[in-house]
Amino acid sequence: MILARIVGTVVATRKDPRLVSNKLLVARPMDPHGKAEGNYLVAVDTVDAGVGETVLIVSGSSARMASGMKDCPIDAAIVGIVDAVDVSAGD
Amino acid sequence: MQLARVIGDVVITQKDEKLAGVTLLVLQPLAADGTASGRTLVAVDAVGAGVGETVFFVRGKEASFPFYPVEVPADAGVVGIVDHWDLG
Repeated sequence: MILARIVGTVVATRKDPRLVSNKLLVARPMDPHGKAEGNYLVAVDTVDAGVGETVLIVSGSSARMASGMKDCPIDAAIVGIVDAVDVSAGD
Repeated sequence: MQLARVIGDVVITQKDEKLAGVTLLVLQPLAADGTASGRTLVAVDAVGAGVGETVFFVRGKEASFPFYPVEVPADAGVVGIVDHWDLG
């Protein structure tokens, strides 16, 4: 999984029927210290996250194991809102 | 699987219900010589690893298999704590 900050929302009227009523957010991956890295991605929100929050994103086929996402055509799902990241060794 | 060092943990209150009780660790993947190599990531812990330990982890859907029958939404999971490794 990766840490990311929510930077925006996506509105899509025409989409796969299995994506209807799912919230899509734009996320910017970041390292444990909060520094942005990598490319922006669109993720399905399953935990009621909002812009500005730090979240945990699960990618790939595992994203379909998030609540309510069974058999949905997605490869990134937000599965948690991060309270704190404690990095105390290395890096 | 890949070698990594556990460098931290993540605290999450509001989360997918299937993640309840699951420990989330911050991993730094390692090269064979033990130096940091590649981006850090967050992984679920299936073996009770802690910060500072060297572990190996699995990527992909297999990360949730140790928690069967619960389908934990995870794409990376620690599945072993390394005692030591040798290069031939």
